[in-house]
Amino acid sequence: MSKQSILTAIRRGLKRGPLPSDQTTMLRGRLAQHPRHLIPARSRLPHAEQVELFVRNVEKEFGSVTRVPDMDSVPGAVADYLAAQNLPGRMVMAPHAELQAIPWSARPLLEIREGRAEGTDAVSVQHAFAGIAETGTLMLPSAPDRPVTLNLLADTEVVVLRASAVLGAYEEGWDRLRTEIGAMPRNVMFITGPSRSADIEQTLELGAHGPRRLHVVLVEDSPR
Amino acid sequence: MHIATSPAFKENAHVALANAGLQKALARSGPSFIARRASAVAGLPEFEKLRDTARDIKNHTLANLDFYLEAYEAKVLESGGKVHWCADAEEARQAVLAICQAAGARTVTKGKSMIGEEIAINDHLERHGITPIETDLGEYIIQLRHELPSHIIAPAFHLNLEDWEDTFRKTHTDLPSDRQFNERRDVLIEARTKLRSKFLAADVGITGANFLIAETGSSVIVTNEGNGDLTQTLPRVHIVLASIEKCVPTLEDATSLLRVLARSATGQDFSVYTTFSTGARRAGDLDGPEEYHVVLIDNGRSAMMGTEFQEMLRCIRCAACMNHCPVYGAVGGHAYGWVYPGPMGSVLTPGLIGVDKAGHLPNASTFCGKCESVCPVRIPLPKLMRHWREREFERHLSPTAQRANLALWAFFARRPGLYRLATRAAAVGMGLFGRKKGRFAKMPMASGWTNGRDLPAPEGDTFFARYAKAQRVGQI
Repeated sequence: MSKQSILTAIRRGLKRGPLPSDQTTMLRGRLAQHPRHLIPARSRLPHAEQVELFVRNVEKEFGSVTRVPDMDSVPGAVADYLAAQNLPGRMVMAPHAELQAIPWSARPLLEIREGRAEGTDAVSVQHAFAGIAETGTLMLPSAPDRPVTLNLLADTEVVVLRASAVLGAYEEGWDRLRTEIGAMPRNVMFITGPSRSADIEQTLELGAHGPRRLHVVLVEDSPR
Repeated sequence: MHIATSPAFKENAHVALANAGLQKALARSGPSFIARRASAVAGLPEFEKLRDTARDIKNHTLANLDFYLEAYEAKVLESGGKVHWCADAEEARQAVLAICQAAGARTVTKGKSMIGEEIAINDHLERHGITPIETDLGEYIIQLRHELPSHIIAPAFHLNLEDWEDTFRKTHTDLPSDRQFNERRDVLIEARTKLRSKFLAADVGITGANFLIAETGSSVIVTNEGNGDLTQTLPRVHIVLASIEKCVPTLEDATSLLRVLARSATGQDFSVYTTFSTGARRAGDLDGPEEYHVVLIDNGRSAMMGTEFQEMLRCIRCAACMNHCPVYGAVGGHAYGWVYPGPMGSVLTPGLIGVDKAGHLPNASTFCGKCESVCPVRIPLPKLMRHWREREFERHLSPTAQRANLALWAFFARRPGLYRLATRAAAVGMGLFGRKKGRFAKMPMASGWTNGRDLPAPEGDTFFARYAKAQRVGQI
């Protein structure tokens, strides 16, 4: 292992030995406090306007949004969206309690399997931990009830997001994650619009390897 | 190891200038990168302040890099991952191969990684019977064509639609030969279909890292296609390749850097997928890799610490410098002869493969300063290129004629009175000589200039003299 030789070479370059303990205490403090830097003013808004900004930014990045008044309206919104895209009603859904509590049977044409996505799944339904208004970004930490493959393998990803989970800046997302989840999840995805590539002649094409369509069902509820 | 053709930069540049396909690609894509960045920057009033923040975060990290790397490693171990410290490319190749062999890997999918190019990991795996498959669309076609990327974020920058079609027809021979490629979309769909089965079959996934986070032991990748995420999610083993300077302290630090990264690179406010990976699959998880390895590579970085080139270690590989560089815009990336092109390559390459091999690169600059003016972490690239030129001169690596001319110039430059006299004599003389035409079509010792264009004749006096005169009559 070259660990010691690399560390020694770095210290030689910095013209010092290992840091003295007062210095490491200070740096440990910085890690523990993880101070914020300058946060752009654009997302510093009343909550309702943050939600508006979030929706505008998702649409700017080629995603789409349906706003519904409550969880009971989600199946209708999903069924209508899939029908409008000419897609079948077969879906793989995150085994998340909030999604499981939705009265899906109200729309009998929707056929739902719970679990992770496989290569053959066409439509996935995911649960969002937060939405970041700053850039219209969905924050999706992995968990047993929020599999990562749902964000990647299906051609169409539908994400259910509570309006109360719309935050201003990414930093608010990190703080909420530290409070509500604690330790860093294995995987945290920030998703801004559907998959795309500009590798062919530097010209944008949607649907490279990930979902071609990203649809957010935004459920109105009061801010926490 | 890629054989660097950097020593042949001049010949490479001639070839590039005569390459019609490359020139078509450069003319098409260059201006759009510039416009997209400008538009993203215009949309964020705090952008300039965020560049200062980004620079300061990187400087703080580098000044304490030993501490942060050890803190990072501790967190990776805590989250069930492993860190393999590698001093050079050879150690890194061995580490990756050992992990792949232990996993019994036959195929390996790869996300885009510049350090992967630097250590030429694909060749090494292939030599040992393991098939690496590049999955970033641009990297995929580069691999099929056995080329190097010509741009650090747009590897296939130099190709046109007809090149894609040609390569796909030659490679995907199992598909009907009469299929049509009418538009870019057809190329994209074929690549997507081809690669989907590779993603699902791979035993190991290798990605790079845009950042490593000491606070949490996370590696961060930034992509638009989603290929990096499929690469690190589906196979049983995930290997992260990262050089030591990718480390930053906290999630907040990484977040601040991400705000300037995508805007500087593609002109997006945020990339489509920005993903933080921390360790292996957790209890109850339905997906994710069972093993998580970080191959942490020095390969010349620590030798830059404490030198005038330490500032280069702030680089976050956005490519804004090459997108705005008139030299890159004229000759493209391959002329630079190794992994990193453009201004950042002109500073980094001599540091990594030696100024004796890459001395032409820091000389291939007009010093217009555009690279520094767009760098999100404010690396003074022209100044660093000048430092390489000094080292090259000190080590007597520059050509004799060039050294003799410089010595002659230095003789006069140290004697200002003589300098003015001599330049004035030359200006007046040339002005008289070229009065009729106003230009010279040929000039001894300046054929490099006059072969391509005329040299304008001086209008009769030197700048110094005209400036002094203008001051006397109160014009300035």
